[in-house]
Amino acid sequence: MLTSTLLLSNQLPTLQYSSTTERFDETWEAPLATLLGLGRAAGADFIEFFLERRNYINCLAEDDTITGISPSLGTGAGVRVFRGKADCYVSTNDLSFSGLKAALEKGLSILGLNLPAPNAFIPEINLELLRDYATKSGKDGWLSLCSSIREMGEVLLDGTAKLKQKARHIQSRRANYFRDWQEVLVAASDGTFARDIRLTQSVGFSLLCADGANRASIGERAGNTSDANFLRTWDYQQAADQIAESAGKMLYADYVESGTYPIIMANHFGGVIFHEACGHLLETTQIERNTTPFADKKGEKIAHESLTAWDEGRSENAFGTIDMDDEGMPAQRTLLIEKGVLKNFLADRAGSSRTGHPRTGSGRRQNYTFAAASRMRNTYIAPGEYITEDLFASVDKGIYCKKMGGGSVGATGQFNFSVDEAYLIENGKITKPLKGAILIGEAKEIMNKISMCSQDLEVAPGFCGSVSGSIYTTVGQPHIKVDSITVGGR
Amino acid sequence: MPNINEIATYANDNADKLGIKKFDIYGSTVDETTVQVDQGEPKQVKASNRSVVTVRVWNEDNTMGVTSTTDVDPKGLELALKTAYEASFFGVKENVPDFSPEATIPIPNTPHDKATQAPVSVLIERLVLAEKELLVAHPAIKQVPYNGLAQRDIDRFYLNSDGAVRTESHSLASVYLYSTTEEEGKKPRSGGALRINRSLDNLDIDGCIKETAEKTISHLNYEKIKTGKYRVVFSPEAFLSLLGAFSNLFNAQNILDKQSLSTPDDLGKQIASPLLSVYDDALHPENIGAETFDGEGTPTRQVSIIENGVLTGFLHSAGTAKRMNAKPTGNASIGAKVNVSPNFFHVFAAASPEQELSLETAENVIFVDDLHALHAGVKSLQGSFSLPFDGWIINKGVRTSIESATIAGDFLELLNSIIYVEKEVELTPGGVAPKVWVDGLSITGE
Repeated sequence: MLTSTLLLSNQLPTLQYSSTTERFDETWEAPLATLLGLGRAAGADFIEFFLERRNYINCLAEDDTITGISPSLGTGAGVRVFRGKADCYVSTNDLSFSGLKAALEKGLSILGLNLPAPNAFIPEINLELLRDYATKSGKDGWLSLCSSIREMGEVLLDGTAKLKQKARHIQSRRANYFRDWQEVLVAASDGTFARDIRLTQSVGFSLLCADGANRASIGERAGNTSDANFLRTWDYQQAADQIAESAGKMLYADYVESGTYPIIMANHFGGVIFHEACGHLLETTQIERNTTPFADKKGEKIAHESLTAWDEGRSENAFGTIDMDDEGMPAQRTLLIEKGVLKNFLADRAGSSRTGHPRTGSGRRQNYTFAAASRMRNTYIAPGEYITEDLFASVDKGIYCKKMGGGSVGATGQFNFSVDEAYLIENGKITKPLKGAILIGEAKEIMNKISMCSQDLEVAPGFCGSVSGSIYTTVGQPHIKVDSITVGGR
Repeated sequence: MPNINEIATYANDNADKLGIKKFDIYGSTVDETTVQVDQGEPKQVKASNRSVVTVRVWNEDNTMGVTSTTDVDPKGLELALKTAYEASFFGVKENVPDFSPEATIPIPNTPHDKATQAPVSVLIERLVLAEKELLVAHPAIKQVPYNGLAQRDIDRFYLNSDGAVRTESHSLASVYLYSTTEEEGKKPRSGGALRINRSLDNLDIDGCIKETAEKTISHLNYEKIKTGKYRVVFSPEAFLSLLGAFSNLFNAQNILDKQSLSTPDDLGKQIASPLLSVYDDALHPENIGAETFDGEGTPTRQVSIIENGVLTGFLHSAGTAKRMNAKPTGNASIGAKVNVSPNFFHVFAAASPEQELSLETAENVIFVDDLHALHAGVKSLQGSFSLPFDGWIINKGVRTSIESATIAGDFLELLNSIIYVEKEVELTPGGVAPKVWVDGLSITGE
């Protein structure tokens, strides 16, 4: 719907808009177009509004009792204003027209811009027709289709009962589920006007076993976007089997002997190695800060020729899947590395404008209190040509990292990540469980040491923390061999 | 945006309207501005004025439900109360959280003073200057990729249907600088520092610049270290990081949940070297952001945790205190399942050591300045840790930066292996502590 553009600045205080905060629909076009025009009239180069509603619930079962049901409701908005290379971001809980206008005014004033004089012409921005990914894909009914509180409780208690059957030497057992429903609306002065609904769910076990001085704590988590039935289809029997088996093996494990080893890293959550050692360093955020060794390496070989890696916005049901990013751009499939050669970076709007790399639909943020930044989505190493047995056969003495914990990467490219479940490899065979391992290295060096990739790609859900908060991502890889890496232990 | 008093009023009125007889509400608003700069220019300025309110509602069966919301207008608060009421029918039936018996005890000197917020242009100006000074501190320092200057006003309140009403306000200013180096043929090195104060005018930006520069420069000459067992000196910040990571040792909720290295019977046991004492002391004079009441309205206070190595106390909520026949300690948050967490550690030397030790005379000790990736490398329920760190090997006062190493051990063993707790304490964001010397820790280098 086209709207009038003949607006004078002194009419702003008397404008009445009837947008609803119960749904971000076309009724938001007029107020946001007006505010965007106001920002442009004040001299800003670019303005973006991000509106958000959230309906979150967490359910915790401990042993045989539901001990926590924690709903959380949220609404808020952020406005980002650019002037030259500088930008500012102002967030607020107040979604009224006057509340959003106050946030915009604050952003403008921070950048030294003044509102237009009385009777000045406000060139209302012509927004595109609302790109409504939610309605188009039938997401509007998702929230009502999700599990009720009663159902959450029943599933989790069944799950912890299964853990009790499967594990030995149990000290405590927990099952935890959350559902995060989010509706977002993005409107920007380049005409962007888009809406989406995201539904992210995760459920998992954590188990603590103790036998005298021996202790093992281990967790396992499944995650999903886009499937309201996720909790109903969670195979908690299989999950309980796996976690009980892992805890049993790690309970009496020896501490790893520190040193430098070849390692074989399992598929699934093993993908955290690429996430930390390389993925973060391919975000334009890192180029802007000059904290990546790969900044000027596009088109050059930065990894072993066996390595190809992708970052996808839309892997089916994966944890980091988005139809559009938090800047309203459709998510795309981005080839990061092809046979060792760096092909692309992950760029958000600001990163693109500051580094020249094209936007990839990677502008993401935890919520309205953060400005979007270039972040990973579903990131994985592509399957290779080997079978897993080939990888083991190539190791005389090394470590099999079956289950990874979290990790991090620093400003100089040094990364680290912990191993929750590890085994000693001797002459190509797994011989005994090990615990307490942490892997450390330098991104530039490690990427050339990933020398073998098997064919069994699997992905896993993860939580990634960085400049724009904690977001849902997928990591993944086939089994890989790293020729040598420093393993910290005792 | 409603202010803190209006939010409290809306919530109260809506509870009455909905016929909810028993409830409590905790809320806060934060008004903050943060600036970053890059090569002399403002990079991003962030301003935020946001509120969050958590309501707990007890139904007629005395089970409790909770909901948090950032939608703090009357309609949003009404929805939150309704949602909490619905959730209450799925609440726990045993050990139901209740009002703190101390929620109505008067608190003297509740702060309500705020510093005058400086204009954004002043924040940018001071941070640009700080970046400039850092860049000229040494030819190898080429970047300050992470930096930030922030000021924030915080208002908090707690009220309940038994008449408890608490409010407080304070201001904080902070500066963070983190610089990196580039030198031909060498790996990039880095260092950072943080300062916090109640107001921008009193913020020690110069000290932050100096510390960042010194740390960064001190890492320029680096070497691999041989793997082995070493005598280790933890900086105050590093020791407090570990203490916080293993705080389940004295967290009553964790203990009751069997998610702790301690049991209720451990009170009175020797768990550390007699040289060590630890308090949790929210009201410590050095605690810039001191809060006088917790999420349940309980006044905060000094709590003795370890005295001369003996475990002397746990941190409690109202619920854990009731279950363990103790008093709440002002360490609770509000929620369906009330969590307990430390406020502000005070670590200090408890006894006279057999010998005084000094980094000026010690031979080949590892000084651990900063621990990394605690979220990944700490197994808090197993007691073990394996962590990368920034630090130096120090030999008779001469320090050499250590490249890519990890430190590993068992925390309870570490506590018992403390051989010296220095007298002089330093302020960090998480508390005050001295340097702590520990024997026989595993370092992995090459």
